[in-house]
Amino acid sequence: MAVITQEPKVDLREPAGWRRTKDRVATVLMVLAFVVVIVPLGFVLYTVIAKGASVISWSFLTSGPIPPNVLPASVGGMGPAVLGTIEITALATVLAVPLGVLGAIYLREYGGKGPLARLIGFMADVMTGVPSIIMGLFIFSIWVLHFGYSGLAGAFALGCLMLPVVIRSSDEMLKLVPDSLREGSYALGATKARVTVTVVLPAAIGGIVSGALLAVARAAGETAPLIFTILTVTAANPNVFSGANTALPAQIFVNASQPYVGAQARAWGAALTLIAIAFILMIAARVVTARFTRYPR
Amino acid sequence: VSSATQAGPAAAAGPASTLSQRRPLGDRTFQAVALGSGLLVLVILVLIAVSTSQQASSWFATEGVKGIFSTTWNPAANQFGALAFIFGTGVTAVIAVVIAVPISVGVALLLTEVVPYRLARPIVYVIDLLAVVPSVVWGLWGILVFAPWVQGVYNGIASAVKGVPVLGPLFGPPASGASFFTAGLILAFMITPIVTSLSREVIATVPTIEREGAYALGATRLEMIRGAVWPHSQGGIVGAVLLGLGRAMGETIAAALVIGASPTITSHLFAPGYNMPAVIANEFGEASGLYRSALMGLGVLLFVFTIIVNLIARAIVERSARRMRGA
Repeated sequence: MAVITQEPKVDLREPAGWRRTKDRVATVLMVLAFVVVIVPLGFVLYTVIAKGASVISWSFLTSGPIPPNVLPASVGGMGPAVLGTIEITALATVLAVPLGVLGAIYLREYGGKGPLARLIGFMADVMTGVPSIIMGLFIFSIWVLHFGYSGLAGAFALGCLMLPVVIRSSDEMLKLVPDSLREGSYALGATKARVTVTVVLPAAIGGIVSGALLAVARAAGETAPLIFTILTVTAANPNVFSGANTALPAQIFVNASQPYVGAQARAWGAALTLIAIAFILMIAARVVTARFTRYPR
Repeated sequence: VSSATQAGPAAAAGPASTLSQRRPLGDRTFQAVALGSGLLVLVILVLIAVSTSQQASSWFATEGVKGIFSTTWNPAANQFGALAFIFGTGVTAVIAVVIAVPISVGVALLLTEVVPYRLARPIVYVIDLLAVVPSVVWGLWGILVFAPWVQGVYNGIASAVKGVPVLGPLFGPPASGASFFTAGLILAFMITPIVTSLSREVIATVPTIEREGAYALGATRLEMIRGAVWPHSQGGIVGAVLLGLGRAMGETIAAALVIGASPTITSHLFAPGYNMPAVIANEFGEASGLYRSALMGLGVLLFVFTIIVNLIARAIVERSARRMRGA
């Protein structure tokens, strides 16, 4: 006691000198790290908007076929690629989201902590790390070589990318549904399938939909799985199930390495369109999360 | 009566199994469908390995293990050595990780330890925006805007370190803006969001009581991070870094546009190079026969490498998460 009262001048509120300086430097470095992240992002968004906005018009988004590279951006449009992106992404969503949600239902409602469920969960995590180009090569090997290029093949490749992401995000959402809800339904005599479909899924639907929307937003921008599966033609192909198709990301990839100003301008316009689609999906995911989440994290 | 006194698993399984036999068909069908969807993950992973290896078999048969370690890539002469691409993949991925990890961990610490929650949310939104920008848009920006600009920076660095040992041979004068280093930089931008969000999740699991304990001992924020946050989150962050490495290895389109498309092995980071995903994306369209098989083979190698990196990363993350729960 006596020792403490002998040192009344020590200021306990804030460390001084060298220790404080190091702390300040560390904080400044952290803020600097954020600035370093912001600068390229701002730079990319600014360039895409500045170069893309002047190209985009209603006819750019809807008319086709995509003109030859030498022609200026004022001629023709990216209509076929917009159509292709919408139909291929939509088909991939229809294929992957229900399967992903069902897979998550197995993991959370049936598999529990069993070895098979653990293996599937672990492998779903590993599958999210498989490069998108491998999905393209895979679908090329098992589908395109036998049935030819088509929007469907592209949708398979994108679906393979989305599947593990949807499984993981849906699993997280099902985990948040309280067990008392399940137990209450069982007590009323409901079967497990009925409990899952009518009680657990509706309780988690907000999070599941928003997770799926984010997966779709990522998939819509993927290029590598498409270049081996849809062939990137210039004419519109409304039939997603057969015949070569095209999509915005694949078209940007082709145009980016062209020396022609017109082709590059079309690439910027397509890039802005693609980013706009991704942002709209992302905002939709946020809105769904905000409005329909019953059990937040 | 016996089940009441004996609480063994065998006794419990008896009545439960008679119950499950009475489960209606619809219920059992639903379970089977759910199981099937879950198994699809395993089926796809096996099919990927089998089908791509099959397509690559003629390359493996012609070149064998020697092909993997050969540096000559000359499609016109039917020579398909993979080493230059493996080298390029390693170099670009390491550059990306070296740049992205300090930045990501810094931002993760900023979000969890420094800024208040109401400010952290918009910052997370901005980082998420970075993740939504498609690979091909990074590539388009990289080749048309960033590469021409960064070439000037490279020139400045090259003349500054000229003649300096170690740095001189690494950062020589650039041929153009497209190079290993440009690809590494673009990949760094692309993996920053994932490494940030994973690190943030790991750091968020550090018990508040340990933070408060460190502060109560009079630690500054930096000392608290080093003493309380770091020991707890070390393993998880290593896992996050490896996941970022796996991403960087497999990112295709951005690298394909900015790497310079030249299969060379050099210490010179500002020189144009090539990596596995980029060469597959750029040359697959015009390839057939053995050429296509060789590109498939590169795909198989890439698949194996990324799977290994991911398995190690996930194992580390799982282990550190388990230790955290135990603590």
